Amino acid sequence: MLAFVLTLVLLLGIVIVLAYAERKVAAFMQDRLGPTEAGPYGSLQSVLDVLKLLQKEDIVPAAADKKLFKLAPILIFAAVFAGFAVIPFAPALVPAGIGIGVFYLLAIISLDVVGLLMAGWGSNNKYAMLGAMRSVAQIVSYEIPAGLAILSAVMVCQSLDFQEISYQQGALINQFPGLEYDMNWLFGIRELGINTTTIGGILTWNIFRAPMLLVSFVLYFIASLAESNRAPFDIPEAESELVAGFHVEYSGFRFAVLFLAEYSMMVLVSLVAVVLFLGSWNTPLPNIGPVSLAYWTSGTVGELSGILWGAFWLLSKTFVLLFLQLQIRWTYPRLRVDQLMHLCWKVLTPVALGVVLLAGIWRLLMV
Amino acid sequence: MQCHKLRFAKLAAGKFEMEKAIKHKSGFRESVQSLLSGLRLTWRHFRNARSRRTPEYVSDKNYFSQPDGLVTLKYPYEALPVPDNGRYRLHNEIDDCIVCDLCAKVCPVNCITIESVKATEEIGATSDGTKKRLFAPVFDIDMAKCCYCGLCTTVCPTDCLTMTPVYDFAEVNIKNMIYHFTDLTPEEAEEKKQLLARQQEEMAAAKAAALAARKQA
Ligand code: SF4
Ligand code: SF4
Repeated sequence: MLAFVLTLVLLLGIVIVLAYAERKVAAFMQDRLGPTEAGPYGSLQSVLDVLKLLQKEDIVPAAADKKLFKLAPILIFAAVFAGFAVIPFAPALVPAGIGIGVFYLLAIISLDVVGLLMAGWGSNNKYAMLGAMRSVAQIVSYEIPAGLAILSAVMVCQSLDFQEISYQQGALINQFPGLEYDMNWLFGIRELGINTTTIGGILTWNIFRAPMLLVSFVLYFIASLAESNRAPFDIPEAESELVAGFHVEYSGFRFAVLFLAEYSMMVLVSLVAVVLFLGSWNTPLPNIGPVSLAYWTSGTVGELSGILWGAFWLLSKTFVLLFLQLQIRWTYPRLRVDQLMHLCWKVLTPVALGVVLLAGIWRLLMV
Repeated sequence: MQCHKLRFAKLAAGKFEMEKAIKHKSGFRESVQSLLSGLRLTWRHFRNARSRRTPEYVSDKNYFSQPDGLVTLKYPYEALPVPDNGRYRLHNEIDDCIVCDLCAKVCPVNCITIESVKATEEIGATSDGTKKRLFAPVFDIDMAKCCYCGLCTTVCPTDCLTMTPVYDFAEVNIKNMIYHFTDLTPEEAEEKKQLLARQQEEMAAAKAAALAARKQA
């Protein structure tokens, strides 16, 4: 219960910061000022937006399928929020440390699609319907390259436990029960003879342990943009053609929940990318001889210092990825439906299959 | 003919060039390059967001060229200065107005309403020395109708009707767009009217008396 509340509060905080950052980043990239009125530099803008949304009337269209319409936002948010349960925020700090976390995450996020379809169908609105259909087509398609990219990381790590994957990518590897005698080699190749177990830092991140995971990371990042309906893959809510897509009929609190779910999805996919590919909560600084930067910036596992350092690194890496998502949104135009499917089925999926194959071979080199 | 051929050849070459360019741009490397150049562009703008445009006068050489940085201003707090010869809200310095009615006559949209009352005695002079002989119980300009042509300011003989640099004067109630410039209260105006009427009566009486005296003689 405590974990639930803490995660929710943390998530709300991040989403509010993100909504503000989105506006400011967009404004700066377009040579505008962005919000300036509410609070210093407009920093209270998104808080006020939320308060405003909560005061608004909750309109349910007369012709809507009321049950579906009312339930959909809750289901969508619940599906995304449930994904946070398995994300390790620091060494020895994970809301629900289950052994098949990766599998659970992929499964529970897919529930999101059901919610989207409910919202689109229940609204009894052609734009909402079109948006929901596009959204489902897109998410179902992009789950394949995303899943394959995750699979390659899982194959390299030989684990479905996010926390174990996290430990493997740093100097603290031997502190995880079951990994006491594991070792990290540079690029994962034992033959090179460079032992990075105690060096840690960026050299033991998954993208360094198995360099083709860099390709996986790019694939996953692109696919995750599509999964969270972000530009340039935002055709489900293309403002210029579908008004707002599946949530066009929503207002007030329900809209706020949908909005929250959307931003939570962005945060979640970035977190997963960081955990699987970019060293999770591990510090990027390696130990260099007597200068044990990695140990200094990791704290002690299970103590407050470890939690603070872990959360700090995890969140800063996540924010870098989130910034990239924002920048991509304000840089690239929206893809057409056929281009979207072309990219997914003819580019990302074959490449992802290739990477999975390579990851298997690499794993053989690692042992 | 020669020229025609040349043009055709040029066109064909251009088309060929274009086709090559399009084909050239469709490879994997080129796609990635163009994606990256897009990111670089937005990143550059993001980095340059530290500097921003300053409210400068139109004669400044930076007025039209926009160097790096944010282009928008926080409007109500900052604004670009308007040019001196800009035509915005009118102002009438009623002390200098001789109520000649020229402005009302020239106005193409008839948005100036003037009522005049002759003065019964000397009422002073304007700042440029013209004698004032008329009161203006009503001097209204309807800024909602005004097209800001500036004709009234040109004809005004005492230069009391001028354009100010104020352009942001929207009102919630359209009646407030009618600006009253008279300096007389309704009571004063009434008093002046009565004074004039009495004077005219007296004059008429005097005239009648004079006429009667002439007849008698
Ligand atoms: S500016 Fe033109 S339209 Fe406006 S009051 Fe003067 S003459 Fe009339
Ligand atoms: S033209 Fe000038 S002096 Fe004459 S009535 Fe108009 S404002 Fe007054």
